[in-house]
Amino acid sequence: MSHIAAPSPLAVSPEWVRQKIFLGLNPADYLRSLVTPGHVIAWIILVVGLPVTFLRFSQGLGAVTNLSDTNPWGIWIGIDVLCGVALAAGGFIIGSTTHLFGLKEYKPLVRPAILTGFLGYVFVVVGLGFDLGRPWRLPYPMFVSWGTTSVMFEVGWCVALYLGCQFVEMFPVLFEWLGWRRLRAWAVKMTIGLTVAAVMLSTLHQSSLGGLFLIAPTKLHPLWYGMYLPVFFIISAITGGIGMIIFESTLSHRVFKVQLVGRDPKSLDKLHIGLAKAGAAVSYGYFWLRWLGVAHDNRWEFLNTPLGYWWLVEVIGFIAVPGLLFAIAVRKRSAFICRIAAVWTVLGLILNRLNVSIIAFNWQEAVRYTPRWTEIAVTVTVITTGVLVFEWMVNRMPILLDSPDYPPEH
Amino acid sequence: MDENRRQFLKTMGVVAASAGLAALPKSANASAESFSGYPDRYGVLVDTTLCIGLNCRRCEIACAKENNLPPIDKPPEDASVFEHERRTDAQTFMVVNRFENPDPQLPPIYVKKQCMHCDEPACASACLVRAFTKTPEGAVMYDPSVCIGCRYCMVACPFNIPAYEYSEPLHPRVRKCTLCFASRLKDGRRPACVEACPREVMTFGKRSELIDFARQKIAAHPDRYVNHVYGEHEAGGTCYMYLASVPFDQIGMRTDLGDTPYPELTRSYLSAAPLVMALWPLFFTGLFMFSKRRDASDHEQQKDHEQSGEERR
Repeated sequence: MSHIAAPSPLAVSPEWVRQKIFLGLNPADYLRSLVTPGHVIAWIILVVGLPVTFLRFSQGLGAVTNLSDTNPWGIWIGIDVLCGVALAAGGFIIGSTTHLFGLKEYKPLVRPAILTGFLGYVFVVVGLGFDLGRPWRLPYPMFVSWGTTSVMFEVGWCVALYLGCQFVEMFPVLFEWLGWRRLRAWAVKMTIGLTVAAVMLSTLHQSSLGGLFLIAPTKLHPLWYGMYLPVFFIISAITGGIGMIIFESTLSHRVFKVQLVGRDPKSLDKLHIGLAKAGAAVSYGYFWLRWLGVAHDNRWEFLNTPLGYWWLVEVIGFIAVPGLLFAIAVRKRSAFICRIAAVWTVLGLILNRLNVSIIAFNWQEAVRYTPRWTEIAVTVTVITTGVLVFEWMVNRMPILLDSPDYPPEH
Repeated sequence: MDENRRQFLKTMGVVAASAGLAALPKSANASAESFSGYPDRYGVLVDTTLCIGLNCRRCEIACAKENNLPPIDKPPEDASVFEHERRTDAQTFMVVNRFENPDPQLPPIYVKKQCMHCDEPACASACLVRAFTKTPEGAVMYDPSVCIGCRYCMVACPFNIPAYEYSEPLHPRVRKCTLCFASRLKDGRRPACVEACPREVMTFGKRSELIDFARQKIAAHPDRYVNHVYGEHEAGGTCYMYLASVPFDQIGMRTDLGDTPYPELTRSYLSAAPLVMALWPLFFTGLFMFSKRRDASDHEQQKDHEQSGEERR
């Protein structure tokens, strides 16, 4: 009750709008400030993506996708959902590192990682909105009919709960931005509980995305299919999430360097090298687990086939090599090598998800799926919108820097 | 309140909440308990040695008519439909495919393809809104009123049967054979395709009796059939079953499906979820308390150190 009496939280004056929305500029100057090469590219992408969006929802999935009865899932699942969720794992990884494991030095990465995670999931749901036949029924598995025998049911529940969890994790940022002190103090108190929930929900649904394919043993290639599939998905999400944190914070520190004047640029290097240590260790474990999967199901004979070579490209070229690069980066204390390894790991994760959902899926079928350009346009549009929202929020909210008006948490 | 006690209560709250969550899917998993099937379910036995295919396709015509689907796209005497192997789609619930006989002296083999009506359907276990049900009569039914259109059923189905209305923007449905449940089966009548067949390729009856009948046929003509009733055990057993003169993988049917009912493939994985729900909060809250405790003792040591330094001075 008392927090409603906080200094008029809902007062929206022209000055408030100018400060909070237009970055303290007048609208004309603000619009001019938006004209940058990056924004022009983004607008071109949206100009292509919006008509395709209209086509999708007015004419149906068939009008813009190459999906078929035999290949019901394409890149909207393979990239937007599977890669989106895995690459958004950074939120729970950095959150638990800082708040639960007590490695407080990673705190500067917490807010950007949680924002990346939150927006990652929001845009996973947006991508899903394109792919689902009846997206407005998204709440059905929660409120209308429970298909409890389905791995998808678990994915749906966990993603929904985790989205809510991450939204509440964003409260301190949002309330600091809005100046709602009491609500903010209350939100900060939930940090530990939310971080624990984040780890639990992420463990469940990251692995369940791999678990989805357990029901298709005759469709997914034997080198990728196996009982360890859920384990591969959670472990690789950790490598991909670490890669994404390094990639995202490197970019943020370039793009938003105006905000970071006065911060020691070496401090980020140090954190990245610390993360590289974890990246090397997890990649190493993941690499051997993938071999263990082949050994467990005795799938060796498939290695000497075209898809077997492709499996080796993924496992050696995109797990072992970037993992080794992470180790070299730690050895040489090179943030540069560390960033190359991070991008490589992210690419490896994308390759893995595409292999499982598309390339090694239906490998024996005569009719294979390749995306239509309109599918790629939607995927690029969704990612671009996510990046624009990320930029919009970082420009306004205390994400890269702590707000000077608030005491440090904990 | 004392800080320790508050922390303790908080921890217990997390544990209790997660235990509560954990209880939820456990009870839900009960619905996936192994199930030997409705005892009186019907089935259809297809004897592929009898089907003439070309110039007939009356089953396809009857199916389209019964289900108010568009009429078959080429006339029955047009052999070109058999050039490519066809599958079911949103407007075709069953198709007849032609396969060359491995013995070139013998005529080609025609095989009817439609929903197999599994005893424990992969589609039903994969559906996150329970849009599929197996009726006691044996039909696997789809309810579009809850379907969200994720198409996981199509990914799950080992027979590649469910099809989707990709060109429908507002109310796309999954489409497939219903064993003519609403119009016929629920009154114990045989499906339209069975009735339309001039060669009695298909036999309709209680599934258990059909298996006996199939075995008698094989025993009476061991030269004519391979000794296997396809569908008796495949993917846990199906209500559509097949007899053939050649191994089934030569007439477009997968022989690598195994006998395990498809829901089994995910059940043990799903049962791990409650463990994570119960144990992760415990483990990670413990970790937090451990690191907090460590910080506190570090802090104290530092203080002691400083104090002793002051004393020395």
